[in-house]
Amino acid sequence: MLHAAATPARKKVRIATTSLSGCFGCHMSLLDIDERLLELVDLVEFDRSPITDIKHCGPCDVAIVEGGVCNAENVHVLRELRANAKVLVALGACAINGGLPAQRNHLDVGDCLTRVYCDRTGGEVPDDPELPLLLDKVHPINEVVRVDYFVPGCPPSGDAIWKYLTDLIFGRMPRLEHPMLRFD
Amino acid sequence: MTTTQTGLGTYLERILKRHGRDSGRLVQILRDVQAEFGRVSAEAMAILAERLSLPIGDVESTRDFYSFLTSEPTGTYRILFSDNITDRMLGNQAIFDHMARRLGVSRGVVSADGLASLDYTSCTGMCDQGPAILVNGMAITSMTLRRADQICELVRSRVPVAEWPNEFFRVDHNIRRADMLLGTDFTPGSALRAAVAMGREAYLAEVKRSNIRGRGGAGFTTGVKWEAARNARGDARYVVCNADEGEPGTFKDRVLMQFYPERVFEGMALAAYVVGAKLGLVYLRGEYLYLKAPLEEKLSELRAARLLGDSILGVDGFDFDIEIHMGAGAYICGEETALIESLEGKPGRPRIRPPFPVSFGYRGQPTVVNNVETLCKATEIALHGGAWYEGFGTKQSTGTKILSVSGDVERPGIYEYPFGVRISQVLDDAGAKNPKAVQISGAAGQCLTTREFGRRIAFEDVPTAGAFMVFADHRDMFEVARNFAHFFQHESCGFCTPCRVGTRIQAGIMDKIAAGHGTQYEMNELQHLREVMRTASHCGLGQTAGGAIADTIAKFREDYEKRLARKDFEPAFDLDAALARAREITGRDDADSRMLSDA
Repeated sequence: MLHAAATPARKKVRIATTSLSGCFGCHMSLLDIDERLLELVDLVEFDRSPITDIKHCGPCDVAIVEGGVCNAENVHVLRELRANAKVLVALGACAINGGLPAQRNHLDVGDCLTRVYCDRTGGEVPDDPELPLLLDKVHPINEVVRVDYFVPGCPPSGDAIWKYLTDLIFGRMPRLEHPMLRFD
Repeated sequence: MTTTQTGLGTYLERILKRHGRDSGRLVQILRDVQAEFGRVSAEAMAILAERLSLPIGDVESTRDFYSFLTSEPTGTYRILFSDNITDRMLGNQAIFDHMARRLGVSRGVVSADGLASLDYTSCTGMCDQGPAILVNGMAITSMTLRRADQICELVRSRVPVAEWPNEFFRVDHNIRRADMLLGTDFTPGSALRAAVAMGREAYLAEVKRSNIRGRGGAGFTTGVKWEAARNARGDARYVVCNADEGEPGTFKDRVLMQFYPERVFEGMALAAYVVGAKLGLVYLRGEYLYLKAPLEEKLSELRAARLLGDSILGVDGFDFDIEIHMGAGAYICGEETALIESLEGKPGRPRIRPPFPVSFGYRGQPTVVNNVETLCKATEIALHGGAWYEGFGTKQSTGTKILSVSGDVERPGIYEYPFGVRISQVLDDAGAKNPKAVQISGAAGQCLTTREFGRRIAFEDVPTAGAFMVFADHRDMFEVARNFAHFFQHESCGFCTPCRVGTRIQAGIMDKIAAGHGTQYEMNELQHLREVMRTASHCGLGQTAGGAIADTIAKFREDYEKRLARKDFEPAFDLDAALARAREITGRDDADSRMLSDA
């Protein structure tokens, strides 16, 4: 537990978070730190995040990324975070390996789209420019931007996320050991 | 059952009968099926599984493991180019492209008429007379564009490989420096007679006295191994000769098997005499198929001379015979426990050790696995004694060592030296032209630079299984390491994740750097990956797969850095190309459907 509570003078760490091609499970796990959330809000403030609903992020200290990269929008969001954050963290299996969404990687993306939109309903594949275009494969985020830290788990437990964040915020080398370091 | 299936069944029955319906000989059976039908089809597997009482999954996993066994038909002429770095330096890629054009086939695809297929394969052990190829398993050396044209003609006229000109298949020994093994005459039976005259115990004592260590790379003391196998509890004992010389750049065992086979076999008989084995197995790598028939003939001669068979040399109970097993294109089978798995008809995945083969080896029985060269050395000890033998080499590495020298030298070939020879002397003797680096002991070994040429070949200093690849100063060591990275990716058996995934990521990063998209990030990743593979892999393959890259980064960093992009980071793939398929299917071409890789 965190005893060295931040003094009022301490500048809050600014954090941006996003879920790309993920299930929001890692974000749910972040909320799983329970009452420590109260300590967290003393330490950090949120920029772009599902928590704040800010759409574009500004300069910040840490960007936490859940999910892999499956479409053009994911690439743009990820690049924006990378450009603005000092430290970028891949959180959870999908961000690190592509995870469950990458199960489609052995299929042709064109076949997937026609199967879903044409063969079943007799319609057409939507072509609205508003819609993000799918990449042919789902990629882990480190294939698109430089990543500073990887926190494994599907999802990483609330304890693991808390341990990692507090290590980072207080300038310790972030370190996860068994049983917090796990890949399932 | 259709007539074709009945026909297939009859053919298979003949193959099965040849192998005594022994499911342990599955690799040999599948090799024969592949040779007969140009593939191992699902129907053939079903029949084999039923008649051998094996689950079909076992047959399939064995088939899929070996690169010479295929599920789809290969061309009537299956042409495989050896793709070791030494073949590349001799220009194999230009010859490959030329042949592909002439035959109208692309890599890995069978021509429309089913006539030819063309692909690359791992080092075929002809580094001193490359570029080398295999046509339907038979080795052809010293490829030139002219020879490629001749081969294309023969293929087009459908001349059977057996009728091709003999000079194509000529394999020279290129012995450049002979010492106590290669330079002395040998009368078959003399070593056995000497050992029998001494008696089992006395001969084993001589072997231990000689302090001879295994020549396959690990350098385990041979006498200790034999004694352990003799003392282990078991119903039967086996002697296995490891002639699966797969390490890129090694070809000494090929020369020994081709020109000194009676010593290899006699060495096996000596080991059998000590441990009490009745059966010996030679595991010959699939690439050396051309040696099989002459070796079988040699075995018949030895049987006729009563040097194999029952009561050898009239010694009651000294019954020993030798069988030859062929590999099917898997580097990992050079690892002794993987080799044993393969001998038992299974995919060549390394076992967990201990137990070691001396107590739990072939078919669960005490087994001695020795390198070809080690077995030859055993005959010298029988003839001259351990004390004599110990007088050669260094304190911890006694006797002589055969080196396979290739690459940028005037005289590539076989060099036998007493242990302790300096790298610089080998380079001088072979006529190295401005050497920049030497890769010792193959892709899994170490890379030495000019400053280290004073070091010595010995277990105390630079251990080696025999490969000695020389690179002149105009060579690019990054390309050398990249060649090795692809080799390991191809040869990883897939059993453990650090190696299966690690070798693949490693090769991907090397390609990214080669394409000019690498950054410092990739350099760090390579070193990190090497540590993961070295510490977490199941066997030596994964543990050493990052070694050549780590060595070349440490010693030839400029060859990497000149390729790095001057950026913090670049994506691992072409982002715009990754959107192409979705663009096509949606018919979109708006601004948001495009993306720059370096935005």
